[in-house]
Amino acid sequence: MTLDLPLIWAGLIAVAVLLYVLLDGFDLGVGILFPFAKSPKDRDAMMNSIAPVWDGNETWLVLGGGGLFAAFPLAYGVLAPALYLPLILMLLALILRGVAFEFRLHGRQRGKAFWTAAFAGGSLLATVAQGLVLGGFIQGVVVRDGRFAGQPFDWLTPYSLLVAAGLVAGYALLGACWLVWKTEDELHGDTRRWAWISGAATAGLLAAVSVATLIVHPRVAARWGFEGGHFSQNLLPFLPIPILGAAGLLIVAEGLRRREHGMPYAGAALVFLSGYLGLAVGFFPYIVPYAVDFRMAANADNALALMLVGVGVMLPLILGYTAWVYWLFRGKVGGDAGYH
Amino acid sequence: MNFDADLLARLQFAFTIAFHIIFPSFTIGLASFLAVLEGLWLTTRRPVFRNLYLFWVKVFALSFGMGVVSGVVMSYEIGTNWAEFAKASAPVIGPLLAFEVLTAFFLEASFLGVMLFGWRRVGPGLHFLATLLVAVGTLVSAFWIISANSWMQHPTGFVELADGSLRATDWMAVIFSPTFASRFVHMSLAAYLTTALAVGAASAWALLKDDDQPESRMALRMAIGMFAIVAPLQLLAGHESGKMVLEHQPLKTAAIEAYWRTGPDQPQSLVGLPDRDAGKTHLEVAVPGVGNLIQGVPKDRVLQGLDAFPRADWPVVGLVYWSFRLMVGLGLAMIALGGWGAWLMARKRLDQSVWFLRAAVAMGPAGFVAVIAGWIVAEVGRQPWTIYGVLRTADSASPVGAGQVSASLLAFMVIYAIVFSAGAVYILRLIDKGPEPGPEPLPSGDGRAPGTALAAVPPEPEA
Repeated sequence: MTLDLPLIWAGLIAVAVLLYVLLDGFDLGVGILFPFAKSPKDRDAMMNSIAPVWDGNETWLVLGGGGLFAAFPLAYGVLAPALYLPLILMLLALILRGVAFEFRLHGRQRGKAFWTAAFAGGSLLATVAQGLVLGGFIQGVVVRDGRFAGQPFDWLTPYSLLVAAGLVAGYALLGACWLVWKTEDELHGDTRRWAWISGAATAGLLAAVSVATLIVHPRVAARWGFEGGHFSQNLLPFLPIPILGAAGLLIVAEGLRRREHGMPYAGAALVFLSGYLGLAVGFFPYIVPYAVDFRMAANADNALALMLVGVGVMLPLILGYTAWVYWLFRGKVGGDAGYH
Repeated sequence: MNFDADLLARLQFAFTIAFHIIFPSFTIGLASFLAVLEGLWLTTRRPVFRNLYLFWVKVFALSFGMGVVSGVVMSYEIGTNWAEFAKASAPVIGPLLAFEVLTAFFLEASFLGVMLFGWRRVGPGLHFLATLLVAVGTLVSAFWIISANSWMQHPTGFVELADGSLRATDWMAVIFSPTFASRFVHMSLAAYLTTALAVGAASAWALLKDDDQPESRMALRMAIGMFAIVAPLQLLAGHESGKMVLEHQPLKTAAIEAYWRTGPDQPQSLVGLPDRDAGKTHLEVAVPGVGNLIQGVPKDRVLQGLDAFPRADWPVVGLVYWSFRLMVGLGLAMIALGGWGAWLMARKRLDQSVWFLRAAVAMGPAGFVAVIAGWIVAEVGRQPWTIYGVLRTADSASPVGAGQVSASLLAFMVIYAIVFSAGAVYILRLIDKGPEPGPEPLPSGDGRAPGTALAAVPPEPEA
């Protein structure tokens, strides 16, 4: 039996990116919601809820980038130059928000205010940049002779801006639902309101992005069975995806209405899963839409095989201790976590 | 791919990685130091070790955070600026970098959270384990990155296929390429020395202000122990690494020593101004007849000079030559500091020696400077190749215009300047305050496991 290594690796990278979005998504979302906190104590509580885990969450991004380099070097070598400016913007924004976790503790008055702003601004900018990367990715990349051959600002279109807005709303929803889970008292009440608002925004923008994708990108529309202004039966196999998204939104709403603490986050995760699958349907099997498929981009088989052995050993361990760390830091946090 | 974009991309990589390398070279040593401190606290129960741990863990958290975020940059910058290198090298070193993420980054990131925030949630043994795992993670990370870099310095275990792409044929030869072992030892010792110098300087600074501080006295003694033992070892490790360079990268050796002409019985250049265009060293002070001896080869062995290579392949000789001298000079100063400190300790006059304490403070940054200088020797000395003898730097860059590269370079410089200055201020402020003597033992029944390593710790950092 021979393994289909490129397909396995495409799946692994997809899972790494999905885990990144679900995990770092909520801690970036907490940063996006930072300006809406009513008091410094609330902001401290929000930050305390993610301080022990954010670094591990961001490591999935390194696995996404490093994994793409190692498993699909052609895709890495084309996509990174094509999305040069938004990627650099994302990195710079992640630096500002990442150091803010520690720097906020050490800054005096003005320093602390600066790093509070850097955390909020950096989280928002990193999210916008990721949205632009995603939008630029879906609308396709110009490739000639295995190299990026487009213009520096190809990624900047109304469509990619719409996707960026959608991602900001989505991460804010994940962040709000995380906080619903992790906070209490007055702050908890605020986070529930944030979850309603960002949930509504996510629903609207998700619908807008879906419609825009069908209109702007006929190739994706054809995949969904949308041609000549109406859907054909080709839609049927993919119908569970939007249904999953709608169900996720309903679970968020129902969880909030019933004052459940964990349910909204589960619902938000389903919404992201639906959006993720929905996009994947549109561009699969391309890894550089719509020029290079994942088989063309795959690394040498012996490299993929060696890495698969490494993943087979390490990934269960990583998932295990990551889960243990989350379990260790379970429960509610306060602004002054020492008293709990 | 024009010349400007290439040069800017090189400047950007040099800038971002020089900034990055500062933090790992500090945190590798600091993580091990913290593991030793926590181990000593758990076994001896002397509060001085606990207080030192609690102090240095704060510095560690600050430095580690800066190391993480500047490291994330590297994993994308290879693609944004060096796409052709990425495509060419991935079949061989792709797995090495993937293994670094899988075996080191997740381990460090996850257990750092436990180390910093978990003290009231786990028992002393588990907390110690978290510290140990973070320390191991930093070394594992160094293992893989030095492995990948050593392969770029002297690639082995691969073939070039008909279409020009590379394939690994022997993974052990890729991971353990000939220069790897000596370079890994050299880098790890450099990290330990860098940390010892910083810890020594901070402790000496505290003792200059007030010599009645058991924590700083202890830390200074531990640091002197490290200089006295590790600095001489580092000289040997560096020499081994140099022998590998002579064997596998004679052009780099020629640049380091400014050997302009091929021949036996090379002189040992001490100082001078190498002039790449004139092909000679101005104002040179050299000792004739000992060059071969210092390289560890017989006097009659012919050593290649720069003239044995096409001029277009020469690295920037002056930069390599002077970076090497700076590194070795600082290394010798570290050995001297270690010897002096050990002598004072033996005569029990350490805490009274104001001049030694001042020298220890002055040497605080020496490790960082030496690490960056050594890195310049290794990387600039490898030019004009990214993969030595296989792929030229000029063929490695991304198809990205100079405008984008210069804009991003400028942005990196601004952001790094802000982050670095703030981080330096916060760390120096902490160091100026010094370790705090621990609080009185807490009454039992406060909900913490009795005897928890950090039971006497103020609660989680208040934001």
